[in-house]
Amino acid sequence: MGGIYLDHQSAMPLDPRVLEFAKTCLVEDFGNPSALHSVGLSAKTAVEEARAKVADLINAEDSSSIIFTASATEANNLAIKGTALRNAAKGKKILASSIEHISVLNSMKELQKGGFELTLAPVDGMGVVDLSALESLLSKETVLTSIMYANNEIGTVEPMQEISEMVQEKGMFLHADAVAAEGRVPIDVQKDGIDLLTISSNDMYGPQGAAALYVSPKVKLQPSLVGGGQERGLRPGTENLFAIAGMGEAARLARLEMANESERLKHIRDRLIEEISKLDEAYLTGHPTKRLAHHASFRFSRIEGESILLTMDAMFGIQISTGSACSSRTLEPSHVLLAIGLKHEEAHGSMVMTLGRDNDPSQVSSIVGAVNQTVQRLRMLSPL
Amino acid sequence: MKQIGYSEKVMEHFMNPRNVGVIENPDGYGKVGNPVCGDLMEIFIKVLDDKIEDIKFRTFGCGSAIAVSSMITEMAKGKSLDEAMKISRKDVADELGGLPPQKMHCSNLGADALHEAIKSYWVKIGKLKQEDITKDESHEGDACPAQ
Repeated sequence: MGGIYLDHQSAMPLDPRVLEFAKTCLVEDFGNPSALHSVGLSAKTAVEEARAKVADLINAEDSSSIIFTASATEANNLAIKGTALRNAAKGKKILASSIEHISVLNSMKELQKGGFELTLAPVDGMGVVDLSALESLLSKETVLTSIMYANNEIGTVEPMQEISEMVQEKGMFLHADAVAAEGRVPIDVQKDGIDLLTISSNDMYGPQGAAALYVSPKVKLQPSLVGGGQERGLRPGTENLFAIAGMGEAARLARLEMANESERLKHIRDRLIEEISKLDEAYLTGHPTKRLAHHASFRFSRIEGESILLTMDAMFGIQISTGSACSSRTLEPSHVLLAIGLKHEEAHGSMVMTLGRDNDPSQVSSIVGAVNQTVQRLRMLSPL
Repeated sequence: MKQIGYSEKVMEHFMNPRNVGVIENPDGYGKVGNPVCGDLMEIFIKVLDDKIEDIKFRTFGCGSAIAVSSMITEMAKGKSLDEAMKISRKDVADELGGLPPQKMHCSNLGADALHEAIKSYWVKIGKLKQEDITKDESHEGDACPAQ
C-alpha cells in the first residue's frame, strides 16, 4: 500500500538474498541432518555452515557454542532456567534488570516459584542499568544475571563490558538478550565477557522460526526439552532447516553490512528525534546518545498510544508501535516505561519507531508531518 | 496489536468521530474514567423538552474509547432522557459491530458518561438529589486493570 514501515523491532521482511540462499533447503537439500545418507549429510552441512556464520557474527570462540532454537523466547528460557537449574548447587540467587523482555522476566519468575531468590536491578531515567545497585545486589550465590544488550522499547544500549566485569568479579554467569542489538551494534561475546547470549533470525532480516543461544564452553545447561540429542542435547528436535540456513546467511550479511547500515540509519534517526522533539509536549524516551542507531522512541502528553498507532496507520500508512496499556494483552502499560520512572498516564502516550533497510532520509518530512497531525488530532479530541 | 481486530465500524467512528467538542453552559455534564487507566471521557448535553437536543464529547483513550464516545453521542442525540438512560454499554458495543473482549470493560465508558450527564441535569432541575446519585466507581483510581 506504499506506506512507511517503522516497526522493525516487531518484525522484519526477509532479505531476498537470504531467501535465494536458503530456499534450496526447502526443495533440494531438504534432508534430515541426522540421517547418514547423502541428502541428510548436505542438510547437516547447511546447519553447520549456518552455525559457523552465527558464531562469526558474535565472535564466539567455537561454532559448537551456538545452539539453535525456534525463537528468542525459547533461547531466553533455555539460558535462564537451564543455567539456574543445572547450577543450583552453587547458588540460588538470580538477578535481572527491571527492563528485560517479558520472556526473561517470566523465566526468572518461574524459577522464583521453584525456590530461587529473584532481585531486579533498577535503571536510571534513560534506561541505563544502575551499576552501583547492580554491584550491591550481586553475590557469590548469584548463579545467573541477565541484562539485555539493548532495550527494544527505548533503544538504550547497556554498558555490557562494565556489567560483565562486575558479574565476573562478584557473581557467576551473565546472560545477555541481544535481540534488539544484534545486527545493529558489533557484539563480541569474548571481549564483552558474556557467558550466554540470545539472538534471533528475523531481527536481522532472516526467516522467522529460528534463533540461537550462545553458550560459553564454561557454562553447563539443563535442557528444557528431551529427545533425540540434536544441538548437543540442549535443544533436541529435527532442525528447521530453512530458517536455520537463512539465519546463518542473514548473520553473515549483517556482519558485513552492519557498520554502513547503522551509520545510514543513525542520520535518519537523529533527524526524526530532532524534529519530533520540537513538537509540543513531545519527549524522547531512552538515552539520547547511547542508543540503537535505528531506534527513535517518544512519549506525548495528553494522548494515548494505541490511538497514535491507529491514526498513523489508517490516515498516513505509517506503522509504528507503542507501549501503551491499551495495545497489550494484559492492559498494563509497559514495565520498561514504568521502570524509567514514567507515571502510568505518561506511559500510555508512547510511540516507538524502528528503522530498517527500506527507510531513507526522504521519508523524514512525511513522517514528522504525520506525527504532528496525529498528535494535533488526538489532542483536539482529548479533555486533558 | 495482532489480537485487537477492530470492526470496520469502530475504525470508521475512530477516524471520523461525530459530535466532538464542548458545549458552553451545558445542561448536563458527565465525566468517567481516569488518565492513569488510559481512558477518560466527558460528555456535555443540551436538553430541550426533556430530549437531548445537542451532545458533545471529548475523550482521552484508545481507538475503542474514541469510537464508543462517538457512537453513544449519535445514539443519544434526539432521544428522550428516559430513553437515553436505557442505552447500555452492550448496546453501544453491539451498534459498533462488537468490541474485542479485553476492551469491553476498560474502554466502553460511553454509556456511563452519558448516564452521568443526564443525572447531573436531573439534579439541576430538582428531579434527583445529589446524594441519591450512586456514582459508578468501577473505572476510578485503583479499580483500573493497570493498577
